[in-house]
Amino acid sequence: MHNRLHFKTFILIAIMVIAGPIGNLLLSKGMKQLGPIQYWPPSELLGVFVRVFSSWTIWIGIASLIAFVVSFMLALSVADYSYVQPAAAVGYLVIAVLGVLVLGEKVSPLHWAGIVVICLGVSFIRGTNPRTTETSN
Amino acid sequence: MLAFVLFAIITVVGTWGELCLGRAMKQTGELERLHPGHAASLLWRALRVKWIWIGVAMMAIAFFSLLLLLSFEEVSFVVPVTALSYLVGAIGGTFFLGEKVSLQRWLGILLVCIGVTIVVIAK
Repeated sequence: MHNRLHFKTFILIAIMVIAGPIGNLLLSKGMKQLGPIQYWPPSELLGVFVRVFSSWTIWIGIASLIAFVVSFMLALSVADYSYVQPAAAVGYLVIAVLGVLVLGEKVSPLHWAGIVVICLGVSFIRGTNPRTTETSN
Repeated sequence: MLAFVLFAIITVVGTWGELCLGRAMKQTGELERLHPGHAASLLWRALRVKWIWIGVAMMAIAFFSLLLLLSFEEVSFVVPVTALSYLVGAIGGTFFLGEKVSLQRWLGILLVCIGVTIVVIAK
């Protein structure tokens, strides 16, 4: 039973830390593709809306962020908040890897050192029982 | 002064909004199996728990406080929020949700705080 709890929590947090950064990345990419945005006159704004919502990049970004929120809520139904919130900090690793692989960014040694400390902390947290409260049903 | 009030709102109210989501999900019940249908019906039931909406309202307040703060402060002023929110989360988990944060989990949370601070400084 314990293993099942660990497994469910692991999968849901994995979806969170992958879908969240990908969603943010796609949204910012999609918005930058639109180029400079004019907010006035209102007809311009309408045009912006049309362009925003006819971009596949932005739609997939929104879908990823929805997947993030949904898996966050489901994770909270299974495990403690004080487990899920810090464990999801593994997202910093995903963000750095995406930056290197997709955006060709440079990540400094100090930055990697911080990520190592985060992962060490998360491995401590993963050694604890994911849920310490009773469920209502 | 206003800056520090906004800083506190972003950190505490923002994290507490998430804690309210946690409270709502604990009340709704556990996702038994990783099955889309189960997940959908669980989320649907969760929408009728008042804590969801209290949480969403708090997160909205924190978001607009962030926008306001960024209108007159540098981003670097807001940055410690990310590290502090883990401490607020552990305290809220203990006293608001009744979770038992063991010594090992505290150590893990502390390491995450330190690591996140290093990442933020490195940028």
